[in-house]
Amino acid sequence: MAKDSIMAKVSVYLTLTCLLPLLCNSFSPENPKSQRILVLIDDFAIKYSHSLFFKSLQTRGYDLDFRLADDSKLALQRYGQYLYDGLIIFAPSVEKFGGSIDLATILDFVDSGHDLILAADVGASDLVRDIAAECGADFDEDPAAVVIDHSGYAVSATDGDHTLIAGDDFLQSDVILGSKKTEAPVLFRGIGHSLNPANSLVLKVLSASPCAYSANPKTKLSSPPSLIGSAISLVSVVQARNNARILVSGSLDMFSNRLFRSGVQKAGSSTKHEKSGNEQFVTEISKWVFHERGHLKAVNVKHQKVGETNEPAIYRITDDLEYSVEIYEWTGDDWKPYVADDVQVQFYMMSPYILKNLSNDGKGLYSTSFRVPDVYGVFQFKIAYQRLGYTSLSLSKQIPVRPFRHNEYERFITAAYPYYGSSFSMMAGFFIFSIVYLYNK
Amino acid sequence: MATLRDAFGNVLSVFILILIGVLAFSIRLFSVIKYESVIHEFDPYFNYRVTQFLTKNGIYDFWNWFDDRTWYPLGRVIGGTVYPGLTLTAGSIWWFLNSLNIPLSVETVCVFTAPIFSAFASWATYLLTKEVKGVGAGLTAAALIAMVPSYISRSVAGSYDNEAVAIFALVFTFYLYIKTLNTGSLFYATLNALSYFYMVCSWGGYTFIINLIPMHVLLCIVTGRYSPRLYIAYAPLVILGTLLASLVPVVGFNAVLTSEHFASFLVFIIIHVVALVYYIKGVLSPKLFKVAVTLVVSIGMAVCCMVVAVLVALVASSPTKGWSGRSLSLLDPTYASKYIPIIASVSEHQPPTWPSYFMDINVLAFLVPAGIIACFLPLSDASSFVVLYIVTSVYFSGVMVRLMLVLAPAACIMSGIALSEAFDVLTRSVKLQLPELVEGTASTAEDTPSGYGSVQNEAAKSESSLEKLDDSLRERPSRKHRKKEKENVEKASSKPRKEKRLLVLPLVASAVAIFLLIMLGSFYVVHCVWAAAEAYSAPSIVLTSHSHDGLHVFDDFREAYAWLRHNTEVDDKVASWWDYGYQTTAMANRTVIVDNNTWNNTHIATVGTAMSSPEKPAWEIFNSLDVKYVLVVFGGLVGYPSDDINKFLWMVRIGGGVFPHIKEPDYLRDGQYRIDSQATPTMLNCLMYRLSYYRFVETDGKGFDRVRRTEIGKKYFKLTHFEEVFTTHHWMVRIYKLKPPKNRIRGKTKKSKSSSKSSKSSSIKSTTRRNPWH
Repeated sequence: MAKDSIMAKVSVYLTLTCLLPLLCNSFSPENPKSQRILVLIDDFAIKYSHSLFFKSLQTRGYDLDFRLADDSKLALQRYGQYLYDGLIIFAPSVEKFGGSIDLATILDFVDSGHDLILAADVGASDLVRDIAAECGADFDEDPAAVVIDHSGYAVSATDGDHTLIAGDDFLQSDVILGSKKTEAPVLFRGIGHSLNPANSLVLKVLSASPCAYSANPKTKLSSPPSLIGSAISLVSVVQARNNARILVSGSLDMFSNRLFRSGVQKAGSSTKHEKSGNEQFVTEISKWVFHERGHLKAVNVKHQKVGETNEPAIYRITDDLEYSVEIYEWTGDDWKPYVADDVQVQFYMMSPYILKNLSNDGKGLYSTSFRVPDVYGVFQFKIAYQRLGYTSLSLSKQIPVRPFRHNEYERFITAAYPYYGSSFSMMAGFFIFSIVYLYNK
Repeated sequence: MATLRDAFGNVLSVFILILIGVLAFSIRLFSVIKYESVIHEFDPYFNYRVTQFLTKNGIYDFWNWFDDRTWYPLGRVIGGTVYPGLTLTAGSIWWFLNSLNIPLSVETVCVFTAPIFSAFASWATYLLTKEVKGVGAGLTAAALIAMVPSYISRSVAGSYDNEAVAIFALVFTFYLYIKTLNTGSLFYATLNALSYFYMVCSWGGYTFIINLIPMHVLLCIVTGRYSPRLYIAYAPLVILGTLLASLVPVVGFNAVLTSEHFASFLVFIIIHVVALVYYIKGVLSPKLFKVAVTLVVSIGMAVCCMVVAVLVALVASSPTKGWSGRSLSLLDPTYASKYIPIIASVSEHQPPTWPSYFMDINVLAFLVPAGIIACFLPLSDASSFVVLYIVTSVYFSGVMVRLMLVLAPAACIMSGIALSEAFDVLTRSVKLQLPELVEGTASTAEDTPSGYGSVQNEAAKSESSLEKLDDSLRERPSRKHRKKEKENVEKASSKPRKEKRLLVLPLVASAVAIFLLIMLGSFYVVHCVWAAAEAYSAPSIVLTSHSHDGLHVFDDFREAYAWLRHNTEVDDKVASWWDYGYQTTAMANRTVIVDNNTWNNTHIATVGTAMSSPEKPAWEIFNSLDVKYVLVVFGGLVGYPSDDINKFLWMVRIGGGVFPHIKEPDYLRDGQYRIDSQATPTMLNCLMYRLSYYRFVETDGKGFDRVRRTEIGKKYFKLTHFEEVFTTHHWMVRIYKLKPPKNRIRGKTKKSKSSSKSSKSSSIKSTTRRNPWH
């Protein structure tokens, strides 16, 4: 019996070690149901106060690992392999993570293609601010400031200082927020952040209304607040260049069961929604963050001369060629063909010589054919497909284009017949002249 | 008796020639003995790579070779832009040896091609000089050219460059031209055209031939030396030569379109007009002839005017007036420095200094004038040609140090003539007077008909009987009556006087002179051997230096290229200044942006601009060219003077020529180029400075640059867009990798607590400063 249990333990251990590399891959659509997510919380109460959000993740197949943020055994990776596919930080006040996690390891985690949900709150620690700043979201520097909106607040019995905001200024993107429109406003209580407009990787998903501002509600406003109006972002998402996705929210309460269930009435509006938009908003955006939507892959890049099947190593100028690529989108459990009519291929050498829309057959196969320009050089087939919310596709495949070979030119040119005639008649004439001159005495 | 002596002399000449060949070959082997059997410098690496391709893929693939590993992303049509002569020569030698089951590697064949062709070149020089002044002069000239330093510098073993075979082709073409001119044989004329074809295949310097020969023909016509032999020597060369030349892909229609070739066509027309005039003159009576002349002249002038007008219109439509940049810089030495910095930037395109003349042709520089004088006594068609050759080549060598190479054979021929004449006279004096001393008689030298007095007194020169026969044969068909009569009269009058006028030098004087000439010769030999062994044998990819603790070998270049070959992806692109392009493609087998074939100025200017820009714009330029690695050559640690910092001003100039935001004065402090603390901020921030001196201060703690002999201006700095991936043992080559763009874009907030605090406090301070009364 004891022996059996040991054997069982060993086999479990072996299975685990075998599975470990699989478990620790970043976004791995091949085994989506085994994604592990580390949830760092300040205090185990959050596990229960935010259970609806966690439940929705778990029902979608994620394996959540709740740990206290200052747990001394925390580790993101072991033996060079990441233990988790995603990270949720619901610990706004943590000054220092336990174990081996710190700012740098979290950023490395993101830079190696893993996803992150970061929720801050009033009095967010420097560490949380730093993580957000590294991702491009700058929280208001005043630690006591919260977002206040005297016109867009949610009507409620208890909240008198208008810090519970009913936000309804969403980013217009079906990919990020789902195709179903969020009808009810989203309740938000927390701090605002600003984004650098030059930063192309970060998107404002929920912005504050134009009359919101960020300040400490308990003190008198002596100087104009640094963050005002719709420049304040309440919730932002970042898609890094390696397609890692990050959600930055200034409010931890936004994810809480209380606000999920709460009704909402926006100040100045007569409609009262029975249920706030939080649940839908947060669920949809978490789907996006964990790559259940908007993740594209391009495979099977093929090109060949028209009428041939093998890919040549080099093209000749003015060859006719066919180019095809298959593009699929991840739906959460398998790849389905991506259908769009705006995918373009460039035939590129320092600048695009040819820019063509790819036509698709509805099954993910995009193809086109064109004629190689009359310019030789080292070209590239380039696809640079960047659409809001989608992972960016950038493929480039180098292919040299050579000029004609010496025997590929026309043998006889019609326009040159007078020249042929003149040279041959000259030769004949010279021959006759020589004979006549030499032998005619 | 005389025939026996002739036979003996011939056998001796053959042996001497063989020895000269051996000498020419073996004096060029110092580089192999001192270093190793390796390809030298820059261009030879390209030729070597092309030869490898040829031997691997055959001639048709070579002809149609589109190389996608250079000039990324433009690529280069190698088959159509390369002079194939050298490659085909070495390729055929390799193929021939392999078919004889002599399995030499391509590299070995390439290394030894130049020495072999130097032997051929000395034999060709012998033939040419023999045609001009006889066997003695020929042998002397051949011995001189076998070891002239100027030629050695371009043809040591391993210096696998076009010039290696081109000098042979040049001299041999001249020989065949003179041979045709002397014999009037159509056979030699055809050979001449073929030899010219080989020259066209081998080197862009063929334009020298196609301009020099027309000049000589024109000279002959103007000085009344027109003859059918001249016509036969010239007309087939132009027609056949031009047809053949246009078969070479790199020349193509240039053979009839560019201004370099116009002289030959113009002279071709002139020689026909002259031939017609001579023919008509022979047919018509003098009176009718005069009428005909006026007729022809008027019509001819009209036709000429039309042709000239058409030509001028054609030529003026091209911005460079139909001349290539290099040719223009030959005609106007200041042209390149004014308009084409890329030509001016090459050190071998600079005008030479007098020491370089002394270094490269040594005592020949003093013997050449004597040779010219000897050529005028008497002036034949052949000797006028070599005079013309030396005069033009002296001019060209004065413009470009590289063309010293064209001067060298001319100088050797002239010096050979001079030395041989001098020895002839002096030994004859000794020979005539020795018996006098012994027996008191002076009647031994019947078959050596002239003496030293000829130099001052008469046209009858020391010539072998065979030569004289040739000479008279040459004179016979000359149609210029007046001249010929005069010469005949002179000859006739001089002949009886010869015996009396056998002016000989005093015995002692001639003995001393012989001794001095031998000393001069030995000095020349010593100098040549020294030059071959010390000055010109370094392969420049391996450097050595002697110091108190022995010999140091700097093999950094190969170290760096080997690193690239083994540690980078096959399709990675490496950017460097164009000097290192050929070596990178040949040794590291990586794609380069620009290389030593400087055909696209804009592309080179792009790289120059990147090198002279600050890091971020430089990164953007390189990234747009898909560059992965940047290679810089840095000599500051070991004192290697031809590094990129010393070449940097050319990068600025070439870059600024195309992209005007790069301005040379920005890099100069008061007109001085410096990298110390006085250097301008632009200089200290440009990519080249940063890549060269990154971490340099760690070597000695001070950052002392041993080439510029100063401490560098900016010692501690970090690179933001580049990372160092490899630096060779002596820091001579440093390789950097472009960092990928940041995965995330950071926000504005400072990263750490303390810095955010400090920034806060500083912002507070600045606000208080702004509002002191608040």
